[in-house]
Amino acid sequence: MTTRGRHVKSAAIGGLTAVAALVVVTPLLLVFGFLLYQGAAAVNLDFFTHLPKPVGEVGGGMANAIVGSLILLALAAALGLPLGILGGMYLAESQDRRLPLILRFLADVLNGVPSIVIGIFAYTVLVLPMRRFSALAGGFALAVIMVPIVLRTTEEMLRLVPRTLREAGLGLGLSRWKVAVRVVLPTARAGIVTGVMVSIARVAGETAPLLFTAFGNRFWHGGLDQPIAALPLQIFAYAIAPYDDWHRQAWAGALVLIGLVFVVSLAARVATRGRYSAAR
Amino acid sequence: MDTSATLGRTGTVEGLPLSPLARRRSAARHWGDRVYGGLTRGAALTLVLVVVAIALVMARMAWPALRAFGWRFAITSTWDPVADRFGALPFIYGTLVSSALAMLIAVPLGIGASVYLAELAPLWIRPPIGFLVELVAAIPSVIYGLWGIFVLAPFLRTWVQPALGQALGFLPLFQGPPYGVGMLAAGLILAIMVVPYITAVGREVLRAVPDAQREAALGLGATRWETTRIAVLTYGRSGLVGAVLLGLGRALGETMAVTMVIGNRPEISASLFAPGYTMASVIANEFTEATGDLYLSALVEVGLLLFLITVAVNGLARILVWSVARVPAGSQA
Repeated sequence: MTTRGRHVKSAAIGGLTAVAALVVVTPLLLVFGFLLYQGAAAVNLDFFTHLPKPVGEVGGGMANAIVGSLILLALAAALGLPLGILGGMYLAESQDRRLPLILRFLADVLNGVPSIVIGIFAYTVLVLPMRRFSALAGGFALAVIMVPIVLRTTEEMLRLVPRTLREAGLGLGLSRWKVAVRVVLPTARAGIVTGVMVSIARVAGETAPLLFTAFGNRFWHGGLDQPIAALPLQIFAYAIAPYDDWHRQAWAGALVLIGLVFVVSLAARVATRGRYSAAR
Repeated sequence: MDTSATLGRTGTVEGLPLSPLARRRSAARHWGDRVYGGLTRGAALTLVLVVVAIALVMARMAWPALRAFGWRFAITSTWDPVADRFGALPFIYGTLVSSALAMLIAVPLGIGASVYLAELAPLWIRPPIGFLVELVAAIPSVIYGLWGIFVLAPFLRTWVQPALGQALGFLPLFQGPPYGVGMLAAGLILAIMVVPYITAVGREVLRAVPDAQREAALGLGATRWETTRIAVLTYGRSGLVGAVLLGLGRALGETMAVTMVIGNRPEISASLFAPGYTMASVIANEFTEATGDLYLSALVEVGLLLFLITVAVNGLARILVWSVARVPAGSQA
């Protein structure tokens, strides 16, 4: 093949891969466009302040589901974040050779376990003994999903902290835990915050593990040991129902949910702008 | 370097006599280090606990069904809660076919896009497109499902399926009435959902290929594409297979979007237009309604199968990805 031909071929394949990249991001425009188109009309103040109306009555909102989702996220964060961050510190700082490797592998495997399976797990260990669906069980399921994500990002961020910083701390006579807590952790804070937000964005939209743990609720929840509404559950229930009015509500809920997810993702991005890429 | 070799655990020089104050401080440090070590190690070890607990708890719940049906569970297709007879073949079939269809579309697109993002795209365009890919991956499953029901399925019903039926209707794959919802819709929605994962992991793998590889090829006069093909893709091949397997793992376990567009009928049909059912969606739909003990047990067994399959696929995928893109610098991984 001539040199010219080879360069033409190179450019042609470059073009093909560019088209592939374009196709990969197109669904974002399609999905987000329809969400705006269908959802914007149905999102109003009532949507954020009112309970769902019974079938046949127009209006109403998803206030209970929005609050429910926030409660579930708080529960998941309270349980999952300490475990994930401490575990990540262990993986990054451990002098052991074998154990961190195994744990890292397990974290990645757990990250790939379908969320519906996590739901069955939470159902068996919490719903069956308590004999009822509950916010606690939902929060637990989400926490199990959160832990491996937070753990791995925390570890990677801590590894970006230069070794010389640790040595300087130890050299000044600080103990290991003080170096870890007072020197390494603050240095990696922005990165860890990003990991936390990525994990929150991920579980905020989770539906499958809540189906038989949090279960959903048409009203305000009556305590953490009671079934609780969640935005994704409500969207699912409304989407598969045969009423046009519910479909409108489902679109509105989806718009609010994706707004939440995107804002958290963007914030995560901003938190580490510059540092992350510079450290690579 | 291991500092403890020279300084000892507490940071004091071994063998020197300590003043009482220093001794007290040293004891406090020792204590602090122990608490710190115990806490972080304990947190990390809960991972083992969780993974083992998931397997054990599900195996116990699935035991009655395992005992009642044995191997026939995976190869028979009667799913009759009233008669307490359960066979999961239609769900296994649905999961495998929808995932295969998704991979057929997602693999070339995902690999192509990751090559573009890591090798061929102008530098300034890489971060924004990379970010858009992350956003596509961040859209929740239930929203893809909603979009699938009200946008994708009607589009398939009115445009795609009639056209496919006319052009390729002689194949059993494209026969039958166009419902919109069905195996084809499930495969497409899965492809859309899985492709950003393949792209993102694939990009990381390709980025991890050492620059010396590229420079050597470029130095010999190779074009950009030749460099990519000879020096980068060959080097990163196993990592890319890992990226694809990670995508496959996602597709196999994906629940909500598929449940909303696959039609949920436990039948095995050669046609992609026909409704189907997957392992994940039968659990999603029937778990809270399962009245009998054996019924619930059978559903958990479906979950256990799904768990084992995805653990195997993901485990293999990680090993392959790690063989190329090792965890960030400094670790022995």
